[in-house]
Amino acid sequence: MSEIQKITSLHLDVLKEIGNIGAAHAATALSSLLSRKIDMRVPKVEMVSFNDMMELAGGAETVVVGIYLRIEGDSEGSMFFILPIEQADRFIRRLIGDDLFSFSNTKLSELGVSAMQELGNILSGSYLSALSDFTGMKIFPTVPGLSVDMFGAIISTGLIEISEVSDQVIVINTSIFEEGFDNRNEVHGHFFLLPDPDSFTNIFKALGVG
Amino acid sequence: MLDKMITSHTSQVIKVGIAQLDVVKMPDTIRTSGLGSCVGVVLYDETKNIAGLVHIMLPDSSLARTETINAAKFANTGIKALIDMLKLAGVQPFRLKAKIAGGAQMFKFSSDNDSMRIGPRNVEAVKRELVKNSIPLIAEDTGGNSGRTIEFNPGTCLLSIRTVNQGVNEI
Repeated sequence: MSEIQKITSLHLDVLKEIGNIGAAHAATALSSLLSRKIDMRVPKVEMVSFNDMMELAGGAETVVVGIYLRIEGDSEGSMFFILPIEQADRFIRRLIGDDLFSFSNTKLSELGVSAMQELGNILSGSYLSALSDFTGMKIFPTVPGLSVDMFGAIISTGLIEISEVSDQVIVINTSIFEEGFDNRNEVHGHFFLLPDPDSFTNIFKALGVG
Repeated sequence: MLDKMITSHTSQVIKVGIAQLDVVKMPDTIRTSGLGSCVGVVLYDETKNIAGLVHIMLPDSSLARTETINAAKFANTGIKALIDMLKLAGVQPFRLKAKIAGGAQMFKFSSDNDSMRIGPRNVEAVKRELVKNSIPLIAEDTGGNSGRTIEFNPGTCLLSIRTVNQGVNEI
C-alpha cells in the first residue's frame, strides 16, 4: 500500500480544511463552555516520522493530559486532544469551580476527571460532526479515553495501526490557545487527527479530489 | 576485541527512538522515552559491560503491509537485529541476558479492537522470541497503564524505570 506516497498538495489542502472546520467547531464549543475566548491556529498537515511526531507536543517524556478516541465508519483513524497540564488544570478548575484541582496530584478528584472526559467528549464530538457534515461521510467516534501521562506513551497508541503500513504518519494538527492568558502566544492545546492509511482514499473521494 | 584502555571520557546517554535500536558500552548508558504499549528490550553481556536496546511497537513482522520493513519495529525481527548488532560489538550470544519494560495499555476501552490489546501482545511476543534465542529474562516491568521511560547502565546492569506517578524504580 503506497496510498501515503500518492498525496498531492491539493490533497494536503483538503486535509487542512478538515482540520480547520473541525477545530473551529471544537474551539467554539470550548469557548461557550468556559465563557472564554478560544482561538485557533491555521492547521498544519504534515507527514512526519514517528520520532518527529513525538516532538509535536514537546517531546516523548512531556507529561500531558490526553483524550483519545478511535473513529470508525466510512473513514477510520485516531483522534487526540492534548493539553499541557497547566492548561487542563485551568479549564477544569473553571468548569467545576475547584481552584485546588490539578492533574499533577497523584489522587485525582473524580469530579475533575469526569469533567475532563466530558470536555473531551464535547470537543471531539463537535470536531467530528463538523467533519462528517463537510464530507458527507458517516463516522462514529468511540467513547473517549483519558490519560495523564508521557506524550510519547499516549500518542503511540494512535501509531500502532499506521505502523503496520508505514514508518511515517500524516497528521492533521490544529492548535488552540486561550486568548489573553499570556502574551507569548504559547500554544495551549492540540487536536491531532491521524487517519488510518487506508482511509485517505475515502476521504478524498468524499470531497471529490480522488 | 576488548578495549583494554580505561576510557576517561564522561559517560553519555544514548537515546533510542520509537522503532529504533542501538548498542552501548560502559560507561555510556542507553535510554528510551515514553514507552506506552511499546516494549523496550535490553539485551546485555555483564562480562563485557555491553548492552543493546530495541524499542519495539508491534509483535510480529507478518503484520507489516509494506515491501521493506524496519526490523526494529517488530518483536521477532527487532530482537534478531539487536543480537546481530551485539555480535558485531564483540558479544557472544550465549552470554546475553534480557530485561524488559513496557507493554502498557494506556487507555481502557470496551472496544474489542485488537490494537487495544497490543501492549500485552507485544510482551508475549518478546518473551517468545527470547525463549527462541535461549536468552534468559532476568527482570521485567510490564503491563499496567502507565507510560515508562527506561535507562540501562551496562556497568551495573540495572534498568531504571521512571513513571509519572511512581517515580523511579530499578530492576
